[in-house]
This record gives sequence, structure tokens and C-alpha cells, in this order.
Amino acid sequence: MELPRFFGLHAKPGKILSLVLALLPFALLVVVYTIASDARLSENPNDKLLPSLSQMYDAFMRMATEPNRRSGDLLLWSDTFASLQRLLIGVGGGAVLGLLIGLNTAIFPGLRAMSRSFLTFLSIIPPLTILPILFIAFGVGETAKISLIFIGTVFVISRDLQLYVLQLPREQVTKALTLGASELAVTYRIILPQIMPRLLNTTRLTLGGAWLFLIAAEMISATEGLGYRIGLVRRYLAMDIIIPYVLWITLLGFTIDWILRTIVAKRYPWYQSEKG
Amino acid sequence: MHEELSSSLLHIEDVHKCYGDKTILDDIDLSVAAGEFVTIVGPSGCGKSTLLRLVVGQETPSAGAILMEGQQMGPPNPDRGVVYQHYSLYPHLSAIDNVTLNRRLALNPWQWRSNRKAIYEEGMQYLERVNMADHAAKYPAQLSGGQRQRVAIAQALIQKSKILCMDEPFSALDPGTRESLQLFLLELWEETKMTIFFVTHDLEEAVYLGTRLIALSQYYSDDRAAGAARGAKVVVDRHFGPNDQAISPTVKATAEFAMAVKDIRQQAFDPDHMQHVKDFDLSHPHSWATRTLGEIAAEGS
Repeated sequence: MELPRFFGLHAKPGKILSLVLALLPFALLVVVYTIASDARLSENPNDKLLPSLSQMYDAFMRMATEPNRRSGDLLLWSDTFASLQRLLIGVGGGAVLGLLIGLNTAIFPGLRAMSRSFLTFLSIIPPLTILPILFIAFGVGETAKISLIFIGTVFVISRDLQLYVLQLPREQVTKALTLGASELAVTYRIILPQIMPRLLNTTRLTLGGAWLFLIAAEMISATEGLGYRIGLVRRYLAMDIIIPYVLWITLLGFTIDWILRTIVAKRYPWYQSEKG
Repeated sequence: MHEELSSSLLHIEDVHKCYGDKTILDDIDLSVAAGEFVTIVGPSGCGKSTLLRLVVGQETPSAGAILMEGQQMGPPNPDRGVVYQHYSLYPHLSAIDNVTLNRRLALNPWQWRSNRKAIYEEGMQYLERVNMADHAAKYPAQLSGGQRQRVAIAQALIQKSKILCMDEPFSALDPGTRESLQLFLLELWEETKMTIFFVTHDLEEAVYLGTRLIALSQYYSDDRAAGAARGAKVVVDRHFGPNDQAISPTVKATAEFAMAVKDIRQQAFDPDHMQHVKDFDLSHPHSWATRTLGEIAAEGS
């Protein structure tokens, strides 16, 4: 019996069709945008709302290759560097501390009892609401922005890893003790290596929120950064810069996610097979 | 009698285990001598795995004492090895790393790296012993159920614990694999004379493997009031083998074997067969039992 290629529960799209199907929505988006943009520009060549693809390309290349008249920086790269630095320090710090909190509060019942309500409490505070507090406490420099990203990720990661460790079979701990492991060895030499891939996967998920906090903080107060730039050129309705910047941020996010996913697959081959 | 037994390898006296107001284990008395192959059997829910967890130290008794060589036992330690039905192996370690885990844990990570070669050689000897040398580099998820249990046994063997506790180690395996592992375990036991505390729900497995069979059951009667909080007791404690025949699975076909299985099935597994505590078959030479205060009071009245 021949299975349908596309329709129904039993469809088996082949390799080529799968690729076509994957690209199709993107192609449609570009086509629809181009048509809409052309329509507006033919009515009014100075329309700023829907710049043409070539206008956006020109604007993007200008940001990437022409030094800024005032500062002499290549704005795209200085913005990217500033933003990534904030993001990686904030998320990295959140991941490391989140790992330690989640692991220890799951293994040691005393710490668990102490942290249970408090961690929930902390993780439910909407991070953006404490942004003003951070600006007041740390000033408008890097510390406040990095702190926001850190606070926005650390408690989510802590709770996720705590729950994950609690789901590991209790037998693993008993077994390790019968093999002569000390309490610290159980925690850091048996359980810790097992939860590293989970940490990376959870970090991937929290990156979405981290970008949100980064852009928000940069729009409120910064002198460079991707979010700052978008907020700045918004005043001139510079859609030809905003749209490429949004795509650029998306590409950066995608790349970071891909790197983390590849590390999980290459470094922890047992992690996927364990699930399957 | 139990004074002289209290210095035996494993000594369990007046042990109760309750969860909330539910009594699981009801006054368990038990002594195990070094070198015995003890199988614990009983209907589901009788608390045989609970008893094993108490022996391993994963849980603590609600009342009573568990001694090893006369010493009160605490949390899990290397004196008691354990093999579970699942989860004995660590998913992030290859077979050889699982087997050599105790050697690694004895050293800090820097020392262990410089001793890696010697440790792996020793680990390979153990893997060869369980016929798993060809699979040394595989992760547990890449092994079959039987292979995993072989590695788990090697992992426990290398520790040379005073007692090896096994909780339904073969229960998830298909019949062929199970039989070959039973034989393998018997050979290992013959060779090393280690003390094994083997929990299973499979009565034939228990009769076949053990030199001593202990059945726990919640189906019995005693002189306590009708509503008394009863839990499982030791209802059978019998001696089997060891004889040369035991090592061969053909023993399972003999009339004697079938008879023993039938007897114990009735005594421990039949909910309608409410044997009185005075009539329990506690014929093993190391068997002994104290009576609960409730029973003594009931007899006195």
C-alpha cells in the first residue's frame, strides 16, 4: 500500500519533501512581506513602515561595516558584543548557582526544608518588576542589567534541577553509599555528572526569558547593546534597522541554542538513549 | 537462644515497620550466619522489599534492632552490597566505569586518573567473570536487561561486602535469561561463599536458589484481638541444600521440589490458609522468634 505524502496520520513525507515543507513557511513569509512592502512603496517611496529587502540589507551592512561618525565603532558588532556579554554572564551565573542550589537542596533534606517555600517565592516574583529596584541599587551600569538576567534565570533553573534530582531513583544514592561514597561524593561525583545535560537543556529554555530581560533592561537604560539600538532608532521609525536587528537577535539565539544542543548530544550520548 | 545468635553476621530482633497506622512488618526475628544463601519470598505487599531496605539501611525500623556482627547498623555503607531490579547501574557511566566505581570513589579524581590502568584491569577481570568483557565500553541503556544485571552483580562483587542484598534482581528478565543468571549466581556463591540476602516474589526461584528459605506473609492468625494492627511475619524458615543437585536446574523437576513449593505456597501465599503462629514451620536451625507483648497478654488471659 502506498502511504500518502502529506495528508493524514500515516503520511510519510520523503527527505526532499520534508526539506521543501520546512522552507515553505519561511518562503511564504518573505513573499507576503515583499508584496506588501512593494505595494506601500509604490504609493509612497518615502514610506518607512515596510522597507524593501534591499533597503534593509543596505541599512544592516551600514551598521555592520561603517564606523559610527560619533564613536567610530562598528555599531552592529559593538552592540552585539555588549549584549552577548551581559547575556552570557547573567545566564552563566544563573546556571552555575542554579545548579548548586538545585542539587544541594534536592540531596540534603535539611536544605530542602529550608529552601522549599523560599525558592518558590523568589521564582514567582516577576523579574521585570524588580528592575527599578536594581537600577536604584546598582545604578544604570552593567551590574543592574546582568543582575536582572541572573535573577530571572537562577531560580527557574534551581527549581527545575531540584525537581529533576528528586525524580532520580533513591536507589542511586543508597547504591553509591554501599560502594563507599561519602555524602559529598554522592552529591558531586555521582549525581552532579548525571544532571549536567539537564542543566544545559534547562538553560536553553531559560534563554528565551533571558533575552527578554536583556532587551527590556537595555531599552530602559544603556549606551550600547542590541536592545538599546532598537529602542533608539524606534524614535526615527527606522524599520530598516529594527527588522534586521530582530532577525539578527533571532539568529544569535538560535546559534546559542544549537551550540548547547550539540554539546548535550556529543558530550552526553547516554542522555538521549536513556530516555528512549 | 537469641543471645548467642546476636553476634551472627546479621541479626534482626523484634523489628517492626509501620507507615502511618499501617503495620507492614510485625515483629520480625531473624539471624543469618556467614555463607548462607537466604531467599526471602512472600505475596506482594508482604514487606519483603521493605525488609531488604531495612537491612541495607535505606530505611530505619519503627521498632526493634538490626545488628551486623553485634553492631547496630546505620545508614547504607560498604558492609552491605545491593543489587536492585532496576537502577543498580548509573546511566552516565559505561559498564567498566560502573564496575570500578567503588575503586574510583576510594580515590580523589586526581589519584584515580593516575591509577586508571590498574583499576580498569581489575574491573575487566570482574567483567570477564560475569561474561561481559566484550561490552565494557557500553552504557547501560545499550545493554539488555540480563546484561545489565550481570554488570550490576560485578559492580557489587568488587566491593566484597559482608552481605549481598538482592531485591528481585531477575524479576524483569525473560525466563531463559533468568535461568542462566540463576545458575550463574549459584556458581558464584559456590565459589565465593558470600552471604546473600535474596528477595523475590517467585517461589520456585526462592526454593531453587536458597540454602535457606524465609517466607513472609500477612496471612496468619494469632491470639491478638480481631482489630489488632497486624503486619507480615516470618511464617516459614526452612533449610534447603546445599547439595550438588541444587546447582542443576533439573532439580526443579523432582517431586521433592514440587512438594516444597506446594507446601510453602499454601503456608505463605494462600489468603484462606490462616495458619496459627504456633504452627509456623520454623525448622531452620538458626530460626527463632520472640512473641509480642500482645500475644503474651492474650495467652495469659
